[in-house]
Amino acid sequence: MQYLHNIGVYFLMIVEMFRKPTKWSVMKQLILKDVDDLIIGSLGIVSFISFFVGGVVTIQTALNIDNPLIPKYLVGFATRQSIILEFAPTFMSIIMAGKVGSFITSSIGTMRVTEQIDALEVMGINSLNYLVFPKFISLTLYPFIISIAMFLGIMGGLAACVFGGYATLDDYIMGIQTEFTPFHIVYAFIKTFLFAFILATVPSFHGYYMKGGALEVGKASTTSFVWTSVIIILLNYILTQMLLS
Amino acid sequence: MIEVKDLQKSFGDAHILKGITTTFEKGKTNLIIGQSGSGKTVFLKCLLGLFDYEQGSIAYDGKIFAQLTEDKKRDLRADIGMVFQGSALFDSLTIVENVMFPLQMFTKQSKSEMMDRADFVLKRVNLPNAHNKMPSEASGGMQKRVAIARAIVNNPKYLFCDEPNSGLDPKTAIVIDNLIQEITDEYGITTVINSHDMNSVMEIGEKIVFLKEGLKAWEGSKETIFKTDNEVVTDFVYSSNLFKKVRKMYLEESQ
Repeated sequence: MQYLHNIGVYFLMIVEMFRKPTKWSVMKQLILKDVDDLIIGSLGIVSFISFFVGGVVTIQTALNIDNPLIPKYLVGFATRQSIILEFAPTFMSIIMAGKVGSFITSSIGTMRVTEQIDALEVMGINSLNYLVFPKFISLTLYPFIISIAMFLGIMGGLAACVFGGYATLDDYIMGIQTEFTPFHIVYAFIKTFLFAFILATVPSFHGYYMKGGALEVGKASTTSFVWTSVIIILLNYILTQMLLS
Repeated sequence: MIEVKDLQKSFGDAHILKGITTTFEKGKTNLIIGQSGSGKTVFLKCLLGLFDYEQGSIAYDGKIFAQLTEDKKRDLRADIGMVFQGSALFDSLTIVENVMFPLQMFTKQSKSEMMDRADFVLKRVNLPNAHNKMPSEASGGMQKRVAIARAIVNNPKYLFCDEPNSGLDPKTAIVIDNLIQEITDEYGITTVINSHDMNSVMEIGEKIVFLKEGLKAWEGSKETIFKTDNEVVTDFVYSSNLFKKVRKMYLEESQ
């Protein structure tokens, strides 16, 4: 019953988030701050992980192709497909659930514990609009991060392939161009938009409705990461079934 | 003036407020006192509209809060200043930005006008040189004064303070008490303070409401609280040896 109750509260939170908007001059500042914290602040880790995971995917694929009849360009093809379809949108979102999600839960949770949310409510401010809406808007730029992850993942694969001697540069480039389906990019960005919404709202829910003190803020961050990951994985399965099968 | 009639509030099976009726008068410092767990904070949060209640009514200058539309409630909240127990300053804003926050949200003033007003109230609470500090760099007493400055910057009609002296040394506590009293007199605000500090009662208790187990056990003023025969109140007031001695001296003097 508690799960059903929480699901209901989550959807009410989303409705409330769009009501009684905060003054635009203030909201603009909040959005810019959240873009800096959530998007710009994630570029470094996303670039680092994407580049090296792209390299690892390429090496593992190359090492598993030991049949001389299989062309070498398939290394590039397999890397592209793995990065665009799964690694960049889904697994990067799970990494972001840890980085961005924990940040959102702990910052809103700390505001709850220190009565800053009560202070907003007493002033007559819609605290959900003030706190969650700017995060939602700033995470609409999340596909930008995923585009970078896709590009750097493929570049990491290229570097590993060429410098590791698994295939030639020409083979790799031919591989990443082979049987390219534009809809796969559309599919990846549909997933990304939905994951961005989950990344903004589920951690906010856990922070906003937490009860207790500093210890509970830590617990809420962990719970938030678990639930955000679970929802992303489930949603990934459902969307893949709907869009690709 | 704030009129409360038969206010009742429960959390599940726990009946916290069991029908409180009282009046908080304009231009006076009204204190809600009582032991921990007596329902003071719940009562204050009901007054502020942070908690819904099952029965009763709260009227701000004749306007019953629960009957107001959302827009009217919002307008009324703009007339309310609140000093939270832990100050509740916004961590990401400097002290002057914290003070300017209600002006940014509710007025159309230019930045220089807001800055002038923030300067004025920060000077009023004796913090003329702390504008660009972050709340984490300020002491507990400074944070309380910033919270008071933020609460009064928009010229509120009602000022609520939840244990404004908690965590402060006795000397700073008296400074904060006197500041609240001065501001109440100066602007004619209806001030409601939630406290269990007897020093505050003696300093600024123009009207005192004593709560016990969710009920109003007594009400009066700082002059009458020391003369009352109400056992519940005397148990609370004279719980410390210091106050027992003060009472003994007082009774001896009056004889």
